[in-house]
Amino acid sequence: MAQKTVEYLVGRNPEMGPDGRPTAGPLTPFDLPEPELASEHMLINLGPQHPATHGVLRLVCELDGETVVDVTPHIGFLHSSFEKLGEYRTWNQIVPLTDRMDYLAPLIYNCAYVMSVEKLAGIEVTERCKVVRVILMELDRIFGHLLWLGTTAIDVGAFTPFLYTFHERERIYTLHEKYTGARITTSATRVGGMMADLPQGWIAELEHFLDTLPKTLKEAHRLLTGNGILIGRTQGIGAIGPEDAVNYGFTGPNLRASGVAYDVRKDQPYYDYETYDFEVPVGEHGDCYDRYLVRMEEMEQSIQILRQAIRRLPDGPINVEDPNISLPSKTDAMSDMESMIHHFKLITEGVKVAPGDCYFPVEASKGELGMYVVSDGGGKPVRWRVRPPSFVNISVLPKLTRGHLIADLIMINASLDIVLGEIDR
Amino acid sequence: MSEKPSGLDAIDEGPVPSDAAGPAPAGTPADKDSHPSVSALFARFGAAVLHHEVSAGDEHVVHVEPSRNVEVLGWLRDDPEQRYDLLRDVTAVDYGEGRPLQVVYVLWSIPHRRALRVKCLLALDALSIESVVPLWNAANWLEREVYDLFGVTFRGHPDLRRILMPPDYAEGHPLRKDFPLRGRFSRAEQTRRALAQDVERFYTQHDIEIGREPQQVTLAPPEPGDARGSAT
Repeated sequence: MAQKTVEYLVGRNPEMGPDGRPTAGPLTPFDLPEPELASEHMLINLGPQHPATHGVLRLVCELDGETVVDVTPHIGFLHSSFEKLGEYRTWNQIVPLTDRMDYLAPLIYNCAYVMSVEKLAGIEVTERCKVVRVILMELDRIFGHLLWLGTTAIDVGAFTPFLYTFHERERIYTLHEKYTGARITTSATRVGGMMADLPQGWIAELEHFLDTLPKTLKEAHRLLTGNGILIGRTQGIGAIGPEDAVNYGFTGPNLRASGVAYDVRKDQPYYDYETYDFEVPVGEHGDCYDRYLVRMEEMEQSIQILRQAIRRLPDGPINVEDPNISLPSKTDAMSDMESMIHHFKLITEGVKVAPGDCYFPVEASKGELGMYVVSDGGGKPVRWRVRPPSFVNISVLPKLTRGHLIADLIMINASLDIVLGEIDR
Repeated sequence: MSEKPSGLDAIDEGPVPSDAAGPAPAGTPADKDSHPSVSALFARFGAAVLHHEVSAGDEHVVHVEPSRNVEVLGWLRDDPEQRYDLLRDVTAVDYGEGRPLQVVYVLWSIPHRRALRVKCLLALDALSIESVVPLWNAANWLEREVYDLFGVTFRGHPDLRRILMPPDYAEGHPLRKDFPLRGRFSRAEQTRRALAQDVERFYTQHDIEIGREPQQVTLAPPEPGDARGSAT
């Protein structure tokens, strides 16, 4: 399997020791004996409305001085019972609920949901639709990682990368808007295809974006990767070994930073990912710095996948040609009796999906996103379950932070790359 | 009007198990030799493995006796031929109409690149199963969510609290089919309860005791030998 180990390049810098830490400068800790202070534990409530928790997350911390003894995350502030709502909607009506979960990479959620429904219903989408979905998913992987990069940089005190990455995100927002009409709530997919084909000139604009994004990434690299403050705040912080990472259910970049090359795109490929040439970045230490390096490298790999997908994008229809699945064109629905009946049946009753259940995993920007749909053969799901990657990742936070400083708690929380809309659903 | 219990009374009574609804729709029965782990499971556990089926084309599902779930799942995790080391998901499915509730374990073996789904059926009047947190720490929050939204009690779970709904939520378990979409209480009652919330209830007893002055602690001493309290 093609994988690539990200390295602490900065270790070779003469001002850094062999462990990558600066040997001199303001970050060197003073070797003063710590004064004996009364060790009364303190309770600190962080959030739910706090910018450093990256969403509506509440952390109740037990502190010994500045050291975190224990931390209890409390979630559920954004709970909107999407899964319950889904049981009252037809299969296609659920699509708008999915992009409100991970609003930082909505298209991945749109695609993952319909892919699970299509697998259960036995629908084979067209080749063009497959490649278009790969393009959208990889674009939103970059989209999610850029937000993570900017906000994480802010958490360690670097404001400039935030401006750079949000400038790039704005261009992806524009691409979203040109295709779907919306910037965040894209709802671009339908069972059996997409809501529309790509507009004219969209691919050219995407290519222009791909040509210019590496320059921004290089600038972010120059600002952060060798930065003494970032290194001091992240190396050796929040480390977790490979066995523990798997046992705690880590997936995605967080797991790969611990050295486990598990990537759904490679291990359980969908949409011909096995034919794309890309590498899986893997870390060695499992700390915050490795998570940073893995995500930076993933963006480069996503650019490679996007270029290959654009090259192989075939012509042809984007929706399956089945009147029981895809809506007829508006002209047909208005002039042809049979098309009108199909249109009416599809809108009122929805697509029929065979009985059974299907767990469809997709590599989202945060980790493994599993869509578990259960059908009894009707037009609505019996159960629609989302296996949220951030939900499982944030549950590891108490283990990662015990014994670290409260400032490191902020960094560790940022390095996990969570999105609360998806945790609370 | 019928004398159907409403509000909290309905929660206490709960849905009644029923055989009249017939079995839940399932996948197609499959040859047990089509998946290496399934044939090994049948050979090793025999009667504890109730049923094997294939869903959505290529997804293998085994139904396991609920009382032996930890034994079977532990073997699946540790046996060198199986090594299902990643617990992808723990969830539940309620088909409604009094059918048993399904607890679903979604497993993935990173070394062997193999997927397996294990289901345990629980009757609605006995929603209790052994926790798998000793096997996978990933199950901690996932089981809490199933407890919160379906009311399944996981025996031996270290910290079984509500997770998505508020700790003092009194309307029941929302993802069950007998739970109405708008909730059991009227909007007025929901608002009244939200405004009357006691903020201290959003801290565990352990949290509240952290910042206390020493003399206050002596007034209300914790359990002997358990200075940390039970909550974590």
